[in-house]
Amino acid sequence: MSAAVLEPTGRVNVVSNTLTIARRNLLHIKANPEQLVEMSIQPLMFLVLFVYVFGGAIAGSSREYLQFALPGILIQGLAFTPFTTAIGLNVDFQRGLIDRFRSLPIARSAVIGGRIAADGVRIVWSVLIMTGFGVLLGFRFGGGAAGALGAFALAVAFGLTMCWPMAFIGITARATESVNTWGFMIILPLTFASSAFADPASMPGWLQAFVNVNPVTHVIDATRGLMLGGPVADPLLRAVIWLALIQGVFAPLAIAQYRRRV
Amino acid sequence: MSSAIEAEGLVKTFGSVRALDGIDMVAREETVFGLLGPNGAGKTTAIRVLSTLLRPDEGRASVGGYDVVRHPERVRRLIGLTGQYAAVDELLSGKENLYMIGRLLGLSSRLARARAVELLEAFDLSDAAAKLVKAYSGGMRRRLDLAASLVGRPRLLYLDEPTTGLDPRSRLELWGMIRALVADGATVLLTTQYLEEADQLADEIVVIDHGKVIAAGTPAQLKTRVGGQVLQAQPADPADLEATQRIMAEFAEGEDGTYTDGQMVMVRIADRSALGQAVRRLDEAGIVVEDLSLRRPSLDEVFLAVTGHLAEERTQTDETERSRS
Repeated sequence: MSAAVLEPTGRVNVVSNTLTIARRNLLHIKANPEQLVEMSIQPLMFLVLFVYVFGGAIAGSSREYLQFALPGILIQGLAFTPFTTAIGLNVDFQRGLIDRFRSLPIARSAVIGGRIAADGVRIVWSVLIMTGFGVLLGFRFGGGAAGALGAFALAVAFGLTMCWPMAFIGITARATESVNTWGFMIILPLTFASSAFADPASMPGWLQAFVNVNPVTHVIDATRGLMLGGPVADPLLRAVIWLALIQGVFAPLAIAQYRRRV
Repeated sequence: MSSAIEAEGLVKTFGSVRALDGIDMVAREETVFGLLGPNGAGKTTAIRVLSTLLRPDEGRASVGGYDVVRHPERVRRLIGLTGQYAAVDELLSGKENLYMIGRLLGLSSRLARARAVELLEAFDLSDAAAKLVKAYSGGMRRRLDLAASLVGRPRLLYLDEPTTGLDPRSRLELWGMIRALVADGATVLLTTQYLEEADQLADEIVVIDHGKVIAAGTPAQLKTRVGGQVLQAQPADPADLEATQRIMAEFAEGEDGTYTDGQMVMVRIADRSALGQAVRRLDEAGIVVEDLSLRRPSLDEVFLAVTGHLAEERTQTDETERSRS
């Protein structure tokens, strides 16, 4: 078999390299089963707590609040999923694994690509489990099958897009703790100061100003519109523009930083 | 024999530090080439340049005939890299680690699995194949790391301080494996702070300090270059160590004077007659010696002669710093 191994003319296969790295990242779930709890139980807990603790106060009844809050909590949860990209890349740099990958004749993009592909699987999983559980609790899609599918697609696109700024943070930060600090500093206000949990009209003017330009608000409004059957066109357009912008800025930044970091 | 690695005038600076300050070296094929120096001398930077992980600021280097800056992807097909910090995935099993690398190198799923099994066998890791690397001992991890760099059967193997932190038995095992690889036709570039290791394994050595080559040659040449003989004396009573040192200093060649490891006093001498004289002088002073002998200089003495300090002195503090981080 030795002759078959590594002919110097062997071509680099980007797709295969990326899938191999993605598989490796997903295998980490097997080593750390808590990740499964984090991916599955935590968002459900969040949903139950928000709906039944605040639902009555905010919307008059928890049933009505579930309809309003599910799309928001879904997107809010997806904003946190890419933390695994950030922390994973950071740890790989610190452990010297990136050196190993970089010394191999593989596609340069495969390491970040494999990370994001693995997070894509987590994102799809989160979307399914969250909406599935929501339906069990009594959530009803008002926008029909097309609306539901559109909402899924937008939610997944949002999660994948958020991987890029998180990848940038993960590659740039020297220590894993600072990944957490910076990640939360950015993601927490973006998700809470949005239309996720309450109607922005009830907020003070200065906060409304922020909420209305917050890209997360537009993604949530569009998802909500698709899921419930409300107005969609305007928030969807804004959401798509924002996602393209975020990706357009942070994907090149993350890749440049990946190349630069020693 | 043709050269596997050639470097000319390599310079790499980090801020104001010149990590490499004009390194030249040539490593011949199917030999062990030792890159020797204390921590911070530039060894790891040199390896990183030669493995395409860093671009040199100046100078050029080629590996297997390919320029490291112009054809990095060619170079990467030829080399296997084992870093100072065992770069294996802790959250995968040993087998999954090797399988992953096989797949990344373009092996089919079946071949990658077979190669993983074969290497686990060769490195005595079959029993731990399915265990997470997190649970491996230091020696097992190092063996897996070496196995990982061999998946693609590289013609050139870079070993960056492969035995740092290993117990003596694991170190000997690793030495055996390195010798076997060279016998199989590989070329090994080895960095180490252990002079004994370079002496044992390397066909040729380059000693670097502060990013500059300060000596080069075969271990024998380096020892001859320092020249002369080493006279060593061990007083029976450790209290006589200082008195012994004073007497031995009379025979010192050059400016190094005597040095001691706490038990034994050593001095480089030019003239064999010093042995007889030393016997008389020590006897007159009433010092009983446990051991008094003449030998060829070790690489330690070479290092002392060319750098003005012993290799391990500076290493001690660096090692503590590393274990802390």
